[in-house]
Amino acid sequence: MTDTQFSPTRRLILKGCGVIALAGLGVLRFGAMPAFAAANDKWPEEAFKQKAEADAIKALYGKTAEVSDKVKLDAPEIAENGAVVPISVTTTLTDVTSISFLVADNPSALAASYIIPAGTVPAVANRIKMAKTSNVTAIIEAGGKLYSASKEVKVTVGGCGG
Amino acid sequence: MASTIRVRATANGDTTEVQALIQHPMDSGYVKDAQGQIIPPHFIQQLIFECAGKNVFVADWGTAVSKDPYVKFAFKGGNKGDDLKVSWTDNKGQSDTLTAKIA
Repeated sequence: MTDTQFSPTRRLILKGCGVIALAGLGVLRFGAMPAFAAANDKWPEEAFKQKAEADAIKALYGKTAEVSDKVKLDAPEIAENGAVVPISVTTTLTDVTSISFLVADNPSALAASYIIPAGTVPAVANRIKMAKTSNVTAIIEAGGKLYSASKEVKVTVGGCGG
Repeated sequence: MASTIRVRATANGDTTEVQALIQHPMDSGYVKDAQGQIIPPHFIQQLIFECAGKNVFVADWGTAVSKDPYVKFAFKGGNKGDDLKVSWTDNKGQSDTLTAKIA
């Protein structure tokens, strides 16, 4: 992912907001602005740039997730085509504000992140790309806490090749 | 006039189920073309669903979302005949918008 794709003005505005949000913390990494990212409609650029799963979760939410059986991740055992892997998640948790999907062994772990406003059912189905066999993780933010579920999906043909 | 967005929203009791399909290459920036040149990243960053002036669903996407992305969700509060506005923007600043009626 190249930075040149993003307009400099937008970056400046994003960075400026991050700095303000974090002024009290003395940390000038604008990726670590979870409340800001979740509460706003800005695309979380920093989180999508992170390569490792843990870094992406940290950049997006600023905290770690605990595994919960209340998060139901539905993914295939084997995906024949890594370019189109149907993944969906549902939960019995209430007060859900955000749902994210991560693929640990993709070039960038974060695949998609959804903001769930009040009144929207906490369930999402989508299709993602997987470079190779990997763990897929769904993260659900509910009541300010993070819950996760993971599943290994075997990929026969990777979705990033060419 | 063909829109890149195809959306179906169905009201069922108090919840409205929404399925959307968008035509977009979603190039990740890792794939090479026939000449061995890297195809630069070109992907939808944000997809917003709006109903009655309120965001009901916001998707932030990275390059790992499949080509011609599909998404399904449901929300409460939509009524038959209401407008559901769908809009996306990608990393090249392109965008598209479609307003569908909830059936």
